[in-house]
Amino acid sequence: MTWAPLVSMSNLGVVISLAVIGGGLLWLLYRSLLAKEVDRRVIFLFILVSVAAPLLFPMTFEEQATPVVKAIFDKIESLPEGSRVLISFDFDPAMAPEVQPMANVVTQHCMVKGHKVIFMCLFATGQALLTQSLELIVSEQFPDKVDGIDYVNIGYKAGNEGVLNVIVSDFKKMFPTDVNSVPYDSIGVFKGIRSCKDLDMVFTIGGGKPGVKEWVLFVGDPGRVPVAGGVAAVVAPQMYPYYPKQLFGIMGGIKGAAEYESELRKTYPQFHDVDAPGLRMMGPQTLAHMVIMAFIVLGNVSFIVQKRRDRRRKR
Amino acid sequence: MKRSSVIILSVVVLLFLASWLWKASTLSSDPGIVNAWGQAFGITLAAFLTLAILSFLYRDNPFYKFAEHLFVGVSAAFWMVMGFWSTIVGNLVPRLSEGLSSFFKVPFDRFAVNYFYFIPVILGILLLLRLSRDAGWIARWPLAFIVGTTAGLNFIRYLRSDFIEQVSSTFVPLLVGWQGFGHFLDNLDLSATGQLALTVGNWVISLGVFCGLVYFFFSKAHTGVFGAASRVGIWVLMITFGASFGYTVMGRISLLVGRITFLFKDWLGLIS
Repeated sequence: MTWAPLVSMSNLGVVISLAVIGGGLLWLLYRSLLAKEVDRRVIFLFILVSVAAPLLFPMTFEEQATPVVKAIFDKIESLPEGSRVLISFDFDPAMAPEVQPMANVVTQHCMVKGHKVIFMCLFATGQALLTQSLELIVSEQFPDKVDGIDYVNIGYKAGNEGVLNVIVSDFKKMFPTDVNSVPYDSIGVFKGIRSCKDLDMVFTIGGGKPGVKEWVLFVGDPGRVPVAGGVAAVVAPQMYPYYPKQLFGIMGGIKGAAEYESELRKTYPQFHDVDAPGLRMMGPQTLAHMVIMAFIVLGNVSFIVQKRRDRRRKR
Repeated sequence: MKRSSVIILSVVVLLFLASWLWKASTLSSDPGIVNAWGQAFGITLAAFLTLAILSFLYRDNPFYKFAEHLFVGVSAAFWMVMGFWSTIVGNLVPRLSEGLSSFFKVPFDRFAVNYFYFIPVILGILLLLRLSRDAGWIARWPLAFIVGTTAGLNFIRYLRSDFIEQVSSTFVPLLVGWQGFGHFLDNLDLSATGQLALTVGNWVISLGVFCGLVYFFFSKAHTGVFGAASRVGIWVLMITFGASFGYTVMGRISLLVGRITFLFKDWLGLIS
């Protein structure tokens, strides 16, 4: 992460926002030194300002892809054109702000590389988000891609892990048609594909159950299929033990999405003018994290001051 | 109802109507938008419900309670409808009856027809008997079936992926690509994928797992060398919890960014 935008800040809004937050924190430091309590609503207000200010006055940072994220990028990059990639949207609207940028950026990458993509979801509410991504990425940015030949949307199927347990050996049994009721055998993308074992890789995005873990348990390990995951930040630490043997790459939270977007922009400059929500959200993330860290320090200062004061009273 | 509550409610309703009117007039100016009034209502309602939920941060209030109850009610109804259309109509009907398939307008899969599917139908009906006081005990049979099959199915998968594969992942080389100390110093690479970082990483994994296991071994007193390993185990656990907390903060901030982006972009139009 480089700090160039902060050093050469010409945006008055950013300066004012930082001054407000910094001034407020100094006032809280003064209160902490006096060992006075801070109302929890003051903390909420600080978080609101630190998130809202970088959205109103954009603040972006350049990201460097970490090995866990780079592994996914390199895998998609190294696959020959026309490889079969499955992207599963296993999330709901509650997780979408965090994980949908991952789904979008991987879709962009697969499309620009000319891979054949199969889209599906294990969450009922993921269907609408999948349609949204297809409209935003495939229809708008890749209008020459043809449904059924370059990609296919097989949609949602109820059954959670049961669905995975079936498609690891037989796709058609669970998905006899795509979302437009086109029979399995008539879909070009499925030519030569009988089960998940015939896929070149699976990228699953989620944060709940069924999610990335279920893909590892029911498809990746038994079928020896290369699986990578984009996960909500809350679940990311639980997924790291599976890396690199059972998950060849992980995108954890919005930071993972931002790293991937940055890598895609470096390799394919045509995406420089395309919206990158991951990178856009790193401004509020950074500022909010700095505020939270400041609060941890202030809390400890207040605690130490209070402790010393109590000791003196006892004497 | 108190007079102050009536005044606050009236103000909120008036603000909602004003916001709806303003949003509809903004959207109407865009020729690409169909049904501007409907869309404006949806956006305004979503914005007010977001604010109602966020108002809990100030203190508990009737607006928060309303939004919370609305969410629970809508979710329950949504999942009931989804359960019927995706499980019964989507998965069962096309494999059982051509007549029902044409009635529900789903493609009939004649090759998948199997009368064994009547067994889950019967078990499903038995499950609903829980609503009856006298015959409620019968619901235990399908429940036992669900618990048994899920446990059986998961047992194999978890044993393979979460135990055997995880144990094998712990056996990592403690000297990655080692060709002597001279070679190591000559080709010193401090990057994340370099020999030094990978070697240190593998040591951390091996010692972390070992010390973590020692902490959970209670058949021996945690004293001496064993106690020291146990304390390292506690540190490993604490660092893990810290990483989880850090990731959780990032996740929650992302969700807040998502909501504020909605308010600023879709509702107020402050950002493009």
